[in-house]
Amino acid sequence: MAAAAALKQDAATAIDGYDPTVYHPVTSPSGVEISIRDFRLWYGASQALHNITMDMQKGMVTSLIGPSGCGKSTLLRSLNRMNDLIDNLRVAGEIRLDGEPLFGPQVDVIALRKRMGMVFQKPNPFPMTIAENVTYPLKVDGVTNKRLLAEACEAALKGAALWEEVKNRLNDSALGLSGGQQQRLCIARAIAGNPDVLLMDEPCSALDPIATMRIEQLIEELKSSYTIVIVTHNMQQAARVSDNTAFMYLGRLIEYGATKEVFTNPRSKRTEDYVTGRFG
Amino acid sequence: MADMAQMSDDYSPDRSDSAASALSVVTRRKASDLTARGEPMVWAMGGSLAFGLMMILGFLALIFWNGLTAFWPKPVEVVTMTDGHVIAGEPVRTESYKPQKDALEALPANLRASIEAHGGMSTRTLYRIGNYDFYSNDFQWVPVFNVKKVERPGDLTLVERQEWGVFIGRLVSISEDGKQMSISALDAEHDKARALRGKRIAIETDEVGSINRQINALRLSVRRAEINYGQGSPEANAEAGRAAAETAKLNLDFDRLSQKAAAARAAEDALKIKVAEIGGETREFGLADFVRYYDANALSLLQKFGVYFSRWYEFLTADPREANTEGGVWPAIFGTLVMTVVMSLLVAPFGVVAALYLREYAKQGRIVSLVRICVNNLAGVPSIVYGVFGLGFFAYVLGGSIDRMFFPERLPNPTFGTGGLLWAALTLALLTVPVVIVATEEALSAVPRSMREGSLACGASKWQTIKWIVLPRAMPGIMTGLILAMARGAGEVAPLMIVGVVKLAPALPIDGMFPFIHLERSFMHLGFHIYDVGFQSRNSEAGRSMVFVTALVLMVLVLALNAVSIRVRNRLKRRFAGDKF
Ligand SMILES: Nc1ncnc2c1ncn2[C@@H]1O[C@H](COP(=O)(O)OP(=O)(O)OP(=O)(O)O)[C@@H](O)[C@H]1O
Ligand SMILES: [Mg+2]
Repeated sequence: MAAAAALKQDAATAIDGYDPTVYHPVTSPSGVEISIRDFRLWYGASQALHNITMDMQKGMVTSLIGPSGCGKSTLLRSLNRMNDLIDNLRVAGEIRLDGEPLFGPQVDVIALRKRMGMVFQKPNPFPMTIAENVTYPLKVDGVTNKRLLAEACEAALKGAALWEEVKNRLNDSALGLSGGQQQRLCIARAIAGNPDVLLMDEPCSALDPIATMRIEQLIEELKSSYTIVIVTHNMQQAARVSDNTAFMYLGRLIEYGATKEVFTNPRSKRTEDYVTGRFG
Repeated sequence: MADMAQMSDDYSPDRSDSAASALSVVTRRKASDLTARGEPMVWAMGGSLAFGLMMILGFLALIFWNGLTAFWPKPVEVVTMTDGHVIAGEPVRTESYKPQKDALEALPANLRASIEAHGGMSTRTLYRIGNYDFYSNDFQWVPVFNVKKVERPGDLTLVERQEWGVFIGRLVSISEDGKQMSISALDAEHDKARALRGKRIAIETDEVGSINRQINALRLSVRRAEINYGQGSPEANAEAGRAAAETAKLNLDFDRLSQKAAAARAAEDALKIKVAEIGGETREFGLADFVRYYDANALSLLQKFGVYFSRWYEFLTADPREANTEGGVWPAIFGTLVMTVVMSLLVAPFGVVAALYLREYAKQGRIVSLVRICVNNLAGVPSIVYGVFGLGFFAYVLGGSIDRMFFPERLPNPTFGTGGLLWAALTLALLTVPVVIVATEEALSAVPRSMREGSLACGASKWQTIKWIVLPRAMPGIMTGLILAMARGAGEVAPLMIVGVVKLAPALPIDGMFPFIHLERSFMHLGFHIYDVGFQSRNSEAGRSMVFVTALVLMVLVLALNAVSIRVRNRLKRRFAGDKF
């Protein structure tokens, strides 16, 4: 609890002229998976993230909400360094995964990404068969044992609740699946590499309510084995699936707290305006 | 809370009112005028498209019509002139012209008056009279006013010969060893003579040729020994002794084969045929020299088709004769095909790898832009310049060093140190590599970012992502570039004339002799063949139809190559780009 108090202190001092982050997350018995300290990010000259400080709890679902353009994707993509692809990007501050720093000359980015699965807003299956898609992370690791690949494929597809639908067409092109199936395929692909963390950027935004419900159920089931960070625009979804919710606005973390409280009893005026639908 | 106030400003309800008043500043016109609807532009665009299409279709129609009709057997007309002179020939074409003054003055008054009534214009017909060995001329213009009568007698024969072009006239008699035979035995005797000729040529080229090659190889091995061990050294002397013994043995074989060939030639020459041209002059030819003959005016439709297809068959499968104006173009077809394939094999990996580096690895900046501009502009360098470069650098510098290193015993005769298939293919690869680079870069940049990110998020390295995701996705686009490059390369002639294409190649670039693929050899090419036949031959009139037929074959060949690659591309496309939601 001393750590949490120190963190509150940190957060309070980190803000320049803005209200400090309102900080009241549920903590997990298994500890912190990702700790972010005073993280700032610039696209060229414009700053997209300001002094983000938060801990994401192990084995819990953290959801990121906020109006469009507030930096949710940017923060999520910083976690597995997907932003490295962007020219003129600059970061400051610190992010640690299980205590190890993410940014730094010694960091092996590929090894880092192997510890994180990522699901994107739009399903992006590769132009290969369904089985090849799912086992892609293993192919990357150089696994060629057919039996092993088949087992991993089945396990991941079952984990993503897709097995029953595709078990007879594993060697068909993945591009022939429906949008919802493709998204679950991408989830299967993300968990096939057996990561510690699952990053999801609006995974349901292209799906109908039934497919959305299935994916929410899936998150519920996956939560016991992974730390999940999910970006969503759907407030009900955030309320349903997550343990902690972070509300961001204009690149700042306004409030980070237990989901129930953020939605029923927000401590910041801006959060309240946003979750009650008064703006955004 | 200053920014809070600003925020509520942003969302104030009267914002929409001010927006509405801003919109009503301009009163909009309701009717749209002609320029707004863009009709004139549509007409102009449609017109340009139609114009371009018409040009292309007209061009294709010209080549197809002339190419497809060139081998159709034409009738032979016998023309009796007013002065009693008689000629026989195939009418080629008729045109109107202005006769010379003195020709007009020699005419009777009534004819002259009628010509003058037509503004001094008359018509004339070009006849292909053949019989170059009789008349020293293949073609003759006949003015219409000189013609007394035109007939098509059924007993006139047109003969295509191994040499001297066509003969038109009558076949009189055949003989073997001076023994007269009935002309009705012609077909059987002709088959016999052709078979004898085929056998003799097999002896002369294959068997004698093989002995010559062996003797040459022995000579080279002696030189090699001399170069390696020094002249007069024991090793060289031993090699020389061995070679001398072998050569003596081969010379015996050679003599034996020469006798055999001479005997075959004698048997072939014994078969003779006596012919008479239309004026009655007779001569005797070797029957084996006849390639094909037919009674031009007595052919049934079926026989005409027979002649037509037999000519096509010869054209597509045989070697050329008569300075390329007759016979086949098989070596040229083969040369074009092999060269294009070798070029594609060279240009594809080279262009793709270069584009990969430019697009995926090089830091995008001023230098890369500069390189890109240079690559694009390379496509504008005249192709003859590439030819000069190919000869100077590839053949002389590269080929010369290869010769000095690997074939010193053959010097001063060059092996790789002169124009050849490999250097021609390399030159064309250089010429077409910008097309492949540009197309590949475009294809690479069209691979959606989400695919790359998906792969990287799985922990793949950049190279793995390129290898497994980006390249397969870009493959259809790369293939399009290759198709364009291939079409450009197959039709290019100018640089080839400098780096290895010849009028008549002694051997094909691929044959049954070790090492089977002879990339150092000079070769024949359809494009150059067109130029050669059309503009370099003794008689451009005779080459005219061959130009069209060869152009047709070249076009069909390029189309076939493209069709193959387009099929491959479409299969790839179906596999890799079938987005579906
Ligand atoms: N590649 C980039 N280059 C420059 N600016 C960028 C880039 N990507 C994002 N930004 C800017 O950074 C800010 C945050 O963008 P981000 O994509 O993180 O927003 P978001 O919260 O995910 O929004 P949305 O809900 O619409 O997805 C935006 O102002 C955006 O314009
Ligand atoms: Mg986003």
